[in-house]
Amino acid sequence: MSQTKAPLPFDLTEPQKMLRKMVRELAERYVAPRAAEIDERDEYPEDIYKLLKGHGLLGIFFPEEYGGGGMGFFGGCIAIEEIARFCSNSPLPIVLNMLSSRVIDLSGSPEQKKHYITGLAKGDLRGSYALTEPHAGSDAGNIRTRADLEGEEWVINGQKAYCTGPDKADFITVAAKTDPSAGTRGITYFIVPTDTPGFSIGRHERKMGMRGVSTCELNFENAAVPKENQIGVLNKGFKTAMIGFNQMRPAIGSRAVGLAQGCLDYSLDYAKEREAFGVPISQHQAVQFMLADMFLDIEAARLLVYRAAALVDAGKIGKENARYFSAAKTFAADMAMKVAIDSIQVLGGAGYMKDHPLERFMRDAKQIQIVEGTSQIQRIIIARNLLDL
Amino acid sequence: MTRANITLPFSLPEAYRTLKEKVRDLAERCIAPRATEIDKLEEYPEDIYQLLKEHGILGIYLPEEFGGGGMGALGACVAIEEIARHCSNSPLFLSIPFLATRAIEIAGSPGQKKSLLSGIASGEMRASFSTTEPQAGSDIAAMKTYALPDGDSWVISGQKSYCTGSPQADFIVLAARTCPDGKAGRLRSSGELRNISLFIIPKGTPGLTVGPPERKMGMRGIPTCSLFLKNCHIPGKNLIANSGEGFKATMLTFNSARPGIGARGVGLAQGCLDYALGYAKEREAFGVPIVQHQAVQFMIADMFLDTEAARLLVHRAAALVDVGRFGKEDAHFISAAKCYASDTAMKSAVDGIQILGGTGYMKDHPLERFMRDAKQLQIIEGTNQIQRSLIARNLLDL
Repeated sequence: MSQTKAPLPFDLTEPQKMLRKMVRELAERYVAPRAAEIDERDEYPEDIYKLLKGHGLLGIFFPEEYGGGGMGFFGGCIAIEEIARFCSNSPLPIVLNMLSSRVIDLSGSPEQKKHYITGLAKGDLRGSYALTEPHAGSDAGNIRTRADLEGEEWVINGQKAYCTGPDKADFITVAAKTDPSAGTRGITYFIVPTDTPGFSIGRHERKMGMRGVSTCELNFENAAVPKENQIGVLNKGFKTAMIGFNQMRPAIGSRAVGLAQGCLDYSLDYAKEREAFGVPISQHQAVQFMLADMFLDIEAARLLVYRAAALVDAGKIGKENARYFSAAKTFAADMAMKVAIDSIQVLGGAGYMKDHPLERFMRDAKQIQIVEGTSQIQRIIIARNLLDL
Repeated sequence: MTRANITLPFSLPEAYRTLKEKVRDLAERCIAPRATEIDKLEEYPEDIYQLLKEHGILGIYLPEEFGGGGMGALGACVAIEEIARHCSNSPLFLSIPFLATRAIEIAGSPGQKKSLLSGIASGEMRASFSTTEPQAGSDIAAMKTYALPDGDSWVISGQKSYCTGSPQADFIVLAARTCPDGKAGRLRSSGELRNISLFIIPKGTPGLTVGPPERKMGMRGIPTCSLFLKNCHIPGKNLIANSGEGFKATMLTFNSARPGIGARGVGLAQGCLDYALGYAKEREAFGVPIVQHQAVQFMIADMFLDTEAARLLVHRAAALVDVGRFGKEDAHFISAAKCYASDTAMKSAVDGIQILGGTGYMKDHPLERFMRDAKQLQIIEGTNQIQRSLIARNLLDL
């Protein structure tokens, strides 16, 4: 009896395969040729933004009711990975759409969701996200930016660090202390339009990689937003944000999986052509083993990411599953760092030069081990989850 | 009974400790403040060259009879490490001529030694070294640049790649094939290896063109260029190693200079550790300096133990070189040092950034520069795959 109709488990569905094919073609055609210069010129790829918008990718993961593609975080991960194979900056519009909408999606009012999620999905709005402060990164509960209710407005004062994409954003999802005496339990999120008086973007950081998107300081000096811009329940923002981070983790993992796959593909092609000791270097075991390790680590990472994305789309995003999300992100990020380093090694001296993309991938990869919860924080989350702490 | 007179084994003898202090002080005062801008501006640090020259560091490893400091490979390693703790480019003022002069010391004529080694020792002359070609890197024996005999002279033609320091070099120690029929081709037998020779190519030789500098991920202070040789006439006295001995001389040259690359790795790793440790003591998270979190402690501990192991491997390798043990039989000790130290440098840089978190990713701190610089060490002067092959071959008597 034929079993051809049963889908292979642990494999993509037909719509997912179609999405992957579509994005892959777009990325090969339009993103790949632009990647090096985006990095060299530190230049935000507005053309790529429009490309993603035109193909419905900015909202691929948002529900159809908001004008999204309805393909969930899994769909988002597929799109991110395919783009990341060529360029680490170009997936960011999708990533930032996910990130800036998390708290709104999970705890926002129907009006907020309608306005912001629809806007993001259609590409009419761009968002950014600000939690980290100069003195508080991993220790997010220690932020000092305050929001005080004055009449019908929330007045925000403070400073944020390492906010990515604020210069292109229409609004920023900002974490502020609404109860300074409490740690993580005193945090509320607010929607701050970037034209709010009192809000300003400070220095643009000079980064090792990820140079196509700006990462900036933000200053809030009595920046007042309407009461309605509070997202969710007072002082419960952090809890929501943590669930939002769980949702984000497979997406960040996909950035890493894409980067690593790009490194493997490139170094594999090179190894087949380059000769040493009378044969293509792909015939030397030293090289074979590096390539083999790259392959198996990428495959493992991708499956971890897919499983995490599936959990997100099934709504299983609570604390009890934190270990799966964290495992996906940190395994993929750490793996990508190693793959980038080893892919340069496969090319030898040539790999060190800017004529090839691998040194750029290596510079970009490091960031993924740090953002949205460092690899150390991920391990703490996993351990605590395993140990019921 | 006091044991004060007994030198602790497996530690540097006093003369080297003195050298270490001297270079450390110089590096902290004069090199550290310049390191970031050297990278940022991609600018050859002539001032650092003059500094090292003035303090007698440039010739520290060369024999005293040529005006050097007589401190050999171990002296070179000590000085290189101290400089590399702050800047990855400045140590090349030692490590590159170290490589070039090793060839002359091992296989040069008395005349060559006299004229060239003194020049390097005093800092009056700069040298580079060139074997790699576009299609011959690890497979050095596949090189095609050839030298045709012309009376007592040679006429050399070909193309070299990735020669670091070449625009500033007064001479380049360069490998070429001396096949009598001038035919470059795929090696068929090891007999053809004997046709590789080393030549001294003076700056300004007609027919020699130094190409534009490569655009590199790191190591941006010292240019790396292709060389184009078109019928370069080189006098016979510039041949360093005779046909028949050139390849062996090249391998011995690499072996004996290899500890220097290890020292660059040790210095870079130490620099990352020092910087990350300093930061971790100040930076707070979850109510305490991050140095109190085990995750951070373990990264620091691993950086420490790997750097210590690397340093000992490098010092032992340098000591072997200085007693003349840098041939095939001891090659695996030396390869182990280079391989371990450069892999440690790469890992330490990646983890050093991790300790600083987001901040470490920014150009305000030196760690991203160290990470970009470290990668090169795993590749040059014998990739770490070649090093492993050498080690395996020696262990297995292949």
